[in-house]
Amino acid sequence: MSETRPLRGIVIAHGDMAEGLVTAVRHITGVEEDVLVALSNREKSPDDLAGLVAEHLEGGPAVLFTDLQSGSCGFAARRLTRERPDVPVICGVNLPLLVDFVMHRDMDVGALLERLVEKGRGSIVAIQPTDSGAHGGSAVPRG
Amino acid sequence: MAVLLFRVDERLIHGQVVVGWGTRLHPDRIIVVDDDLAASDWEQELYTLGLPEPVRGSFEPVHAARAQLAAWTASAERIVVLTRDLSTMRRLGEGGGLAGREVNIGGIHHAAGRDRVLPYVFLGAAERDEIRKLVEDGALVAARDLPTARAVDAATLLQAE
Repeated sequence: MSETRPLRGIVIAHGDMAEGLVTAVRHITGVEEDVLVALSNREKSPDDLAGLVAEHLEGGPAVLFTDLQSGSCGFAARRLTRERPDVPVICGVNLPLLVDFVMHRDMDVGALLERLVEKGRGSIVAIQPTDSGAHGGSAVPRG
Repeated sequence: MAVLLFRVDERLIHGQVVVGWGTRLHPDRIIVVDDDLAASDWEQELYTLGLPEPVRGSFEPVHAARAQLAAWTASAERIVVLTRDLSTMRRLGEGGGLAGREVNIGGIHHAAGRDRVLPYVFLGAAERDEIRKLVEDGALVAARDLPTARAVDAATLLQAE
């Protein structure tokens, strides 16, 4: 990642998930349209999906975000890194992680990736029910 | 329990197979029959990343798979066999090895010369020819992406030509 342009994000996911995530991030942050790209695996062969991701990578430095590490989207991203080891991948994308990305995408890539993984994991909490029926401050961060 | 599922799916080991079919069939092992993958350690590592314990993955070239097919079908293991295309499945069963067995089409996606038959099945002349050959060899070919979906038999798939 020798280029100094701010990173873009390419979100690759099953069904409508990528479009939904990207729409939500734009709605929350007001970020410009070209910062995030949403790609679906729907009706695409593994080669088609990998080709589409590769096309979007030609637009400049980017981070690939996928849903399942072991799904077709994760495979497409991991496969691409064989030829493009400079391209970072984050599997298990969620909305808080993606919002954080667009707010901090000018950071050093290594530090940014660590931050995003921490942010994504830390955003998952379980709010335990109580006997009284009220949920009283027992959120448990994961990770 | 032998081979529980013979499936043609370009994505090979992925969510629908591991979660959709896996939670229904509880396989001990998923065997990918593919000449290229059988020779590629890094791709094998990639594909087996997603296998939940205790499911094992293995990768066999077609000639070795043909030699083991009878043993797999008589095995005490619960096995799922995957190929990425119809041609490989046809070669695996050539000569009647898949006679009377259901061959599940789970994902053949768009490519030049293929028409959309189902949202997850696109067929061209070559794919239709392979389906006919599988049927001639006695295989019961049907498309079904998930176990909860309606099966679409070979005659219906070919009618859509």
